[in-house]
Order: sequence, then C-alpha cells, then structure tokens
Amino acid sequence: MKFLDFFRSSSKRNSSSVAKERLQIIVAHERRRASSPDFLPRMQQDILAVVRKYIPIGEDQIKLSVDRSGDCEVLELNIALSETTGK
Amino acid sequence: MKKKSGNKSRKLAVVEETSATEEAKKLATVVVVTSGKGGVGKTTTSAAFSSALAQKGYKTVVMDFDVGLRNLDLIMGCERRVVYDLLNVIHGEGSLNQALIKDKRIENLYILPASQTRDKDSLSIEGVERVINELKERFDYIICDSPAGIEKGAVTAMYFADEALVVTNPEVSSVRDSDRIIGMLASKTRRAEQGLDPVKEHLLVTRYDPSRVDRGDMLSATDVQDILAIPFLGVIPESKSVLVASNSGAPVILDNESDAGEAYFDVVDRFLGEERPFRFMDVPRKGLLSRFFGT
Repeated sequence: MKFLDFFRSSSKRNSSSVAKERLQIIVAHERRRASSPDFLPRMQQDILAVVRKYIPIGEDQIKLSVDRSGDCEVLELNIALSETTGK
Repeated sequence: MKKKSGNKSRKLAVVEETSATEEAKKLATVVVVTSGKGGVGKTTTSAAFSSALAQKGYKTVVMDFDVGLRNLDLIMGCERRVVYDLLNVIHGEGSLNQALIKDKRIENLYILPASQTRDKDSLSIEGVERVINELKERFDYIICDSPAGIEKGAVTAMYFADEALVVTNPEVSSVRDSDRIIGMLASKTRRAEQGLDPVKEHLLVTRYDPSRVDRGDMLSATDVQDILAIPFLGVIPESKSVLVASNSGAPVILDNESDAGEAYFDVVDRFLGEERPFRFMDVPRKGLLSRFFGT
C-alpha cells in the first residue's frame, strides 16, 4: 500500500475483492443449476398441475431443486401456501 | 519394440503421464485452447504455445476451428499461403498435405487453417475426427484453437481434446465464461461421453497486470484459481509486444525481448512437466520515492 493510497482509498473497498465475491456467488449458483437434471422444469410443471387441482397456487409458490451433499442427493420440493388458499 | 521379459515390474510405469520424448510412437496429444469469452488471447496463446512446443523439438500442428472468422493464419503470418483449409480436407476437395502449411521460421511447426467462406455447420464431428486421427499419426501435439462462445464450433474444437488450456483474463466476465467452458469440458467431450479419464485442464491467466493487482483493482491469479479450481499453469503479463507480434505475424515467443514470450516458454515447460518458478506475478521493485508517492 502506497503512502498516498492510504488517504485515497481508506473508505472504499478494493474493487477486486468485490469482483471475487460476486464471482464466487454467481459461479456457485450456475454450477448448481448446470448440474441439476434437465427434466426438473417439466417435473415442476407437472407437480404444479396436480397441486392446482386441489389448491389454487401461483407459479412462483412452488420450488423444486436437487441438492448434493457428499454422495447423497436430495430432491427438495417446496410449496408455499398463501393465507387465502389455506382455507 | 521392447522385449516382453520383466513386464511385471514395468506395469507401474505405464501410467498415463509418461513424457512424449520417451515414446516416439505414441499418438499425438490433442490440446484445446478455449475460453468461452472472445478477445482474451486464445489465438495468441495457440500461436505462442504451439511455436514454443515446436521449438523444443516436438512435431506440432496448430488447427484453427473458427470457421468464417479465421485469424490464426494472420497471427502466424501465413495468411497468403492458405490454399486449402480444414473444410476442404473434410469434404475431400484437397488432401491434408495440401492444406498443412509448414512454418518458415520454426522447424516441426505446421498450421491447418479454417475456412473463411464456408458455412459453420459443415464442420462435422465425424469429419474432424478423420482429420485428427490422421494428424495423430504424424505429430506429437495437436493444438486446437477454439472459436469464442459455447456453440457448436467451440464444442467441436474441444471434443477430441486430451488436455485443455483455459485462457482467462482477470476480469469478471471472462472468469464466469471460463467456468462454463470448464463445465463443458467435463460433459461435452469425447472423454466425458465415453467415460474415459477426464480432459486434463490447465488455467492460463492472460493480460495480467501485477501493479493493478497490487492496487486492488484487478483480480489476482490466486483469486481466479480459487474461483475456477483447476490446476494453474501460469500468467502471461499484459505486454505491448503481443500487439507488435500480431502486427507482424510472428508468434510472440520469437521476440527475444518480450516478457510475454518468456512467460509462454515457462508455461510450455510447466505443461511438459518441468518445474519453473512463477514469474511476472509481482510488481518489479521501484525506488523509494516512487514507492511513497506511487507513479
């Protein structure tokens, strides 16, 4: 760190560490998506159709994902019911 | 041919990574130079890397896969000697010997240009396979200069690869695109499809500026390694000599004064399994005054 930089950048964070942080997040996200099976979106549509026969829910209330931890894979299905649909 | 006696004890030596020098009859190693993003230095790297390999005595051919936007011929300075190209060979309009251009400066080095006029789709995997199989008999290294993008051209260039140089600039979009390409190397290549050993990946960080890294406004080589998580081959410093080299159509390793050229030689040595100290990663030391006030 140079003498003058001390005054110049004391308040501002290095842009390279911002870049690294952003990259780590987006790359991890994209790797997860790339490794999930490609039938997932279709399966999500099918489940949505079945649930909708009984409960009215929106597209964004259902989430389907495959997570990997070690050599174990977990298929996670999340359906959020809004207050009006509960009754 | 060696005699068969004592082959029990020799089994250990038959692991994959025997050096090319000790087995003259080994088929060529196919190396793809790839990146996803354009303009990061794939063609510069293909030219320098293949030239350095040839200068070290390996019979090397460098192939351009960028159909319609070929530029390797220009960077190698043989643009006026192109008569037949890769697609002519694939479609039987010319022989491989007619299409291969022998470099006039470096012994052992040949260039196989891409077509400038043909439709991209005429570059079939089967056709490329035939050409690569023929080249494999005659060369030690086949360097494939990939087009940018993740479309068919890039996939074709990487399909037959044994090893890959992933060329990355220390910059967000290039790193992200490299990550995509690394994913494709693990899924879209022949080695992946046939369940063979995976393509051996090497990270090459180009256009590196240690002083900007020091100031905190450029990702460091270590940052890039952390994110991409593939073995690191080295950096090529940002250098004026790269443009000078492409202006004159001479691979940058032919410039004895060039830091980038030296860096490419180091990279080739490391690629061949030799140990070389990592250079060009630190700012050259400056005097006291300029250190205080920054230049």
